[in-house]
Amino acid sequence: MNLHLSSRDIDSRTLNIVSEMKSLEGPLLPILHEIQAEFGYVPQEALPIIARELNLSRAEVHGVVTFYHDYRDHPAGRHVLKLCRAEACQSMGGDALAERVKLLLGIDFHQTTLDGAVTLEPVYCLGLCSTAPAAMLDGEVHGRLDADAVRDLVAEVRA
Amino acid sequence: MTVKIFVPRDAAALALGAERVAKALAREVETRGLDVTLVRNGSRGLHWLEPMIEVETAQGRIAYGPVKASDIASLLDAGLATGGNHALCLGKTEELPFLKNQTRLTFARCGIVDPLSLADYRAHDGLKGLERAVTLSPADIVTHVTDSGLRGRGGAGFPTGIKWKTVLDTPGDRKYIVCNADEGDSGTFADRMIMEGDPFVLIEGMAISGIATGATKGFVYIRSEYPHAIATMTQAVEIAHKAGVLGSSVLGSGKAFDIEIRTGAGAYVCGEETALLNSLEGKRGIVRAKPPLPAHKGLFGCPTVINNVISLASVPIIMDKGPVFYKDFGMGRSRGTIPIQIAGNVKYGGLYEAAFGLTLGQIVDEIGGGTATGRPVKAVQVGGPLGAYFPRALFDTPFDYEAFAAKDGLIGHAGITVFDDTADMLKQARFAMEFCAIESCGKCTPCRIGSTRGVETADKIAQGIEPEKNLALLADLCNTMKFGSLCALGGFTPYPVTSAMNHFPDDFRPVPLVEAAE
Repeated sequence: MNLHLSSRDIDSRTLNIVSEMKSLEGPLLPILHEIQAEFGYVPQEALPIIARELNLSRAEVHGVVTFYHDYRDHPAGRHVLKLCRAEACQSMGGDALAERVKLLLGIDFHQTTLDGAVTLEPVYCLGLCSTAPAAMLDGEVHGRLDADAVRDLVAEVRA
Repeated sequence: MTVKIFVPRDAAALALGAERVAKALAREVETRGLDVTLVRNGSRGLHWLEPMIEVETAQGRIAYGPVKASDIASLLDAGLATGGNHALCLGKTEELPFLKNQTRLTFARCGIVDPLSLADYRAHDGLKGLERAVTLSPADIVTHVTDSGLRGRGGAGFPTGIKWKTVLDTPGDRKYIVCNADEGDSGTFADRMIMEGDPFVLIEGMAISGIATGATKGFVYIRSEYPHAIATMTQAVEIAHKAGVLGSSVLGSGKAFDIEIRTGAGAYVCGEETALLNSLEGKRGIVRAKPPLPAHKGLFGCPTVINNVISLASVPIIMDKGPVFYKDFGMGRSRGTIPIQIAGNVKYGGLYEAAFGLTLGQIVDEIGGGTATGRPVKAVQVGGPLGAYFPRALFDTPFDYEAFAAKDGLIGHAGITVFDDTADMLKQARFAMEFCAIESCGKCTPCRIGSTRGVETADKIAQGIEPEKNLALLADLCNTMKFGSLCALGGFTPYPVTSAMNHFPDDFRPVPLVEAAE
């Protein structure tokens, strides 16, 4: 992913996405998902274009982007590790596991390692509650995690 | 003759290595030149045995599990293709007690069929409900659903037929069916399993709902944490559209109905129906005040049926076998079956569909086999993060909407999370408040501010600061949130908190302040 996007580049790619999707019913969330898929985050520069094309105020678009946990305002690391923090995973030692992962990576939740390798995020339930504790690494699911398994996951993202 | 071997594609199986198993199997089969068709089915719901693979034999399907990729060679050596004996062999799938004792109505096909084969779906009684529905008047379909006694499986337990009747009776140029697949409650995965394992049953249920109410457009709002379900549902809708199950003339009836899949964006509160509607409209997922009801003014101000995945997926069998067949299962005012999700610290976790009426103790001790750690069960949380913590003393409670309400609990979406005796209930109560603070939409004060004050108060109790006063304050706060919040997020967060306080007072006892170092 090119992290040095020119604002003109963002403008034209955003406009393409919006033009393609604005005929959907209630198009804003699908557009924001597509923009995040395109850039890896939702750039500030994209918001006025979306607002103009959908006939919304910039404040409304800003309000929506900031309401939802999924939308990022800056790019994530090369890998995203989501650890489930909800009750079923807690019941199987999820909290201790989370501490271990934080220690191994040297970061807290919502942070990215200095080398840009991995962003650690909490998630409240992956629907893998019978195979807890669970995590998702770049969209791939992992269940029944233990100390060894998280060490392997961390080694994988650090490689 | 070609042999069918089934390796699940359900996320729970994938999380335990099913993809590696499937790849290893495909490789070995090719090397050995065997005539095998690999089917990627949903999960049977026996999650402690996942990845559980099956082979079709003349005697029925034979199961093996839990299988690792490294087991494949020895399994094939032992004659996997003919159901040969092996240390991992579990015998006939249908004879496994966990499955045999279930009443699978909604999940009848889940784990059995290829989720994306419409032919397979038809071969297992699929589309019969819709075929019947297109011959009936909308009012007759609604009567069927009402008479079946089906109540909303999302948690509120509102009679589905009455909701549909309201939409049918409300005039409107355009009406919508919205499927709430924002299954955010910890301890639940039934929606995910049905979308990944039998997506056509949900599509069929939505089409029936559309024809019954005059709605022509349906949305399935799936949480972004479920990428596998989103992918399977998207493909299934395309297949159904091509086959004429969806489109301008559903099964050639001349009635139009189509479905669009939408992805959530990580907001738990969007599982609340009015917040979900706002989210679909492209707004912040903020709860709406009711009235107006969504049935009168829902999506884009139009009359809207909004139902949970399992409610809609239960409709096809009701239309096929009739309301009496369905209603004959269950107890009291809880009719039919409920897919119970057994999760957390439990030996035999998974999905267990049964008629209402099993006791909590039967579910946890007998079916679930107690804890995975082997320690005593301390508490079970029933109904997700907004559900009450039940101690062993309440294990005689039957699984029924009213029985749980009578014990100050709720069955919610029927997820049960088991905790062993190492659980700290003050910590769990604090988490309930913390979760509410993270996920509150912010519209009403009791939820937005109350949850944050709740976390602070729980922390003070944990630190031994004026414990009696703070316990009273926490109870009072719960009372305010319960009666003053707009929706179930703030309104039900008190369930886990007060149940933890009432049933496990020892965990809330004041700890003496640590003496300052001398």
